[in-house]
Amino acid sequence: MLREGEVRIPSGCAISGFFSRSGSRISGGTILKSIATMHDRSNGLGGGFAGYGIYPEYKELYALHVFYDNMTSREETERYLDRRFDIVNLSRIPTVKTSEITDVPLIWRYFVTPLPTKLANEQIDEREYVARCVVSVNTKIDGAYIFSSGKNMGVFKAVGYPEDVARFYRLEDYSGYCWTAHGRYPTNTPGWWGGAHPFALLDYSIVHNGEISSYDANRRFVEMFGYKCTLLTDTEVITYIIDYLNRRQGLPLKDVAKVIAAPFWSEIEKLPEKEKEKLTYLRNVYSSLLVTGPFSILLGFDGGMMALNDRLKLRSMVAAEKGDTLYVASEECAIREICPAPDRLWSPKGGEAVMAVLEGEKSKV
Amino acid sequence: MIDFLYPEYEIVRNPDRCIKCRACERQCSNEVHKFDPELNMMTADESKCVACHRCASICPTRAIKIVKTDHTFRENHNWTNETITELYRQASTGGVLLSSMGNPKPYPVYWDKILINASQVTNPSIDPLREPMETKVFLGRKPEKMEFDKDGNLVIKKYPNLELSVPVMFSAMSYGSISYNAHESLARAASELGIYYNTGEGGLHEDFYKYGKNTIVQVASGRFGVHKDYLDAGAAIEIKMGQGAKPGIGGHLPGTKIAGDISKTRMIPEGTDALSPYPHHDIYSIEDLRQLVYSLKEATAYKKPVIVKIAAVHNVAAIASGIARSGADIIAIDGYRGGTGAAPTRIRDNVGIPVELALASADERLRREGIRNNVSLVVGGSIRSSSDLVKAIALGADAVYIATGALLALGCHLCRSCHLGTCNWGIATQRPDLVKRLNPDVGYKRLVNLIQAWNHEVKEMLGGMGINSIEALRGNRLMLRGVGLNEKELEILGIMHAGE
Repeated sequence: MLREGEVRIPSGCAISGFFSRSGSRISGGTILKSIATMHDRSNGLGGGFAGYGIYPEYKELYALHVFYDNMTSREETERYLDRRFDIVNLSRIPTVKTSEITDVPLIWRYFVTPLPTKLANEQIDEREYVARCVVSVNTKIDGAYIFSSGKNMGVFKAVGYPEDVARFYRLEDYSGYCWTAHGRYPTNTPGWWGGAHPFALLDYSIVHNGEISSYDANRRFVEMFGYKCTLLTDTEVITYIIDYLNRRQGLPLKDVAKVIAAPFWSEIEKLPEKEKEKLTYLRNVYSSLLVTGPFSILLGFDGGMMALNDRLKLRSMVAAEKGDTLYVASEECAIREICPAPDRLWSPKGGEAVMAVLEGEKSKV
Repeated sequence: MIDFLYPEYEIVRNPDRCIKCRACERQCSNEVHKFDPELNMMTADESKCVACHRCASICPTRAIKIVKTDHTFRENHNWTNETITELYRQASTGGVLLSSMGNPKPYPVYWDKILINASQVTNPSIDPLREPMETKVFLGRKPEKMEFDKDGNLVIKKYPNLELSVPVMFSAMSYGSISYNAHESLARAASELGIYYNTGEGGLHEDFYKYGKNTIVQVASGRFGVHKDYLDAGAAIEIKMGQGAKPGIGGHLPGTKIAGDISKTRMIPEGTDALSPYPHHDIYSIEDLRQLVYSLKEATAYKKPVIVKIAAVHNVAAIASGIARSGADIIAIDGYRGGTGAAPTRIRDNVGIPVELALASADERLRREGIRNNVSLVVGGSIRSSSDLVKAIALGADAVYIATGALLALGCHLCRSCHLGTCNWGIATQRPDLVKRLNPDVGYKRLVNLIQAWNHEVKEMLGGMGINSIEALRGNRLMLRGVGLNEKELEILGIMHAGE
């Protein structure tokens, strides 16, 4: 059977996430409860989570979560990492054996920091250095796959229903200010854990529900800039688009949203001159990064979370607020399950980004 | 020596229907039809017939039809009727065979071996009757990096771009090769549609300067009609390096077509043949092209995008990449089926490559080099329908050029005799009595109709694919599948086979 990346697999999905603006740390058990409500939106072929603020004791280090097919790939990867990073801590990621989760690969976690001399030699910034190393391992070392590479955050994913995946990784043992979750409904059997979501690069992680019709236009554009879409999933290409626009081009996330889910020309026409000029410019320059077809995404990043629907809102997505916490999910029930009486509950418009950041953080948005 | 060639087409006249009104006689510029008063009947000299259908179209009683003759040489797959006839013709005249319009030979048409995708179940199609569906595109260079001022506000760094309401433009056809009325129709249609037409290499008639906002002015190797006001008049400037119908050689306009205003617009004497040099004599290499690009930009204060048009030839991808690095804002690639007003037959039928393959490899090369966003790609030669257009965009084009299709809309019947200058439809002629047969008020409307019809069809196909903006189709090769293509062809086109 073809592995994810050798074949493009359309998927339907469930997503859920929440974000505490004050930075209160909430247990991973809460996100489990939320996503489990939408059990029927997944089919047991992929589930995953991203937690932010979960490694406060190592918050200055990049946390690499890695799947290995075998010991050889692990040894090769560790030799590679050892030449480029100071590995401060390494261990297996703790898991619980359950009957629902099978074909378990080796799952390791490394807390690392780039070797200063290597970094200086490369003449690129630290994040670019880490990103290149991650892409390099994933494309060049057979049987190794780094699926999480940010600071003070981590991705946990597997083939299975999301609630089983959460129990497998003992998510209740972690707590963070932001959690996102994904339950997958692929049309084919991916059979490979790397294909589950969230997809992450550095501190960006994406959970996504939809099947975008612009995929190959987007992929062929971002691949001009050193990205390599190995999984052929929407989530992967959307993550690269966001990384390219936000980290590499320096575009604030609210403008990134205007590129991905660009307003219609007829709407741009109606805007005041300055805003019109800017949006016309962005749509013209990044026309190949417009994402069409249905999507609802939750982007997690260091200190923030953004929810975005495609411009026609072809996928359900509901948002709610209670106190300082923002909730977003595919269905209202997933929010009510963990926040029965929100102060405000609404259905964000297509193309309208819903954003939450930690108090005092504004840098990326 | 008996020098007899049996006419290729026969005129079949139904005597029961013919009322001897002699309209066919008056209308045929080739003087095929004659009235014989003694016999009191119409006769025809079919050796002069070009099968343009003018007579058949205007005959009030539908008494005339044109049929391919069944007169034949002894059948031979190697020495076909056409080959034998052409050889006789050359033996009698000693001349180069001339032809018009695009390569008619039975080479593969890749458009017809590519199929388009549609949404089913996993994502929804989008109904263009009920949702917005966008076909606007911009052509031209885009900045490589976002810049911000010290307060963090985005700095808008604009290169001159062309804005098109539909990704279609009317390709270069010179005033001279086609008539005043044909040019007027194209110019007015482009203005009404919010697209562009192209002057071709014959300069721009004074009367049409007012359509400058929707005009691309061409600079070809003959530099006919090129001067400062001309460059300033257009919205963009196109350097014509080559043409799909005759790669490697220059334009041909027979002296018979150089009359009156044409001689004035071209700035050459009346009655002289206008033969453009094969190369631009100031461009013998890629670095020379850069100098011409920047000379034109200097001359127009960097306010207009510069298009470099090339014929699709074997090394097209590398050439396109070189052009992209030469300051050009747009590259136009013209395939071997592109039309012409006159070209040597052997060149038209044997030189160049299909535009589908040229487009696929040029787009891929520009992406590999990471410079695809620095330049726009326009392809022509030949785009025959809205589905060809959709396939071209999905292979990687930003827009397409059409010319043969536009002429058909104006009444052309593809008799491929433009070089004779006696076009019965008032298009490829300068005879005033023929030119007036094309009414620009009707002609422009038919062009507008055509593009609007295509636009509707494009929107339907986009909607079926679940795409609501044509930008998301550009280079989206996953939306295409090949049928009946071999692995090499699929590899070059960058598409999978149907069923994969």
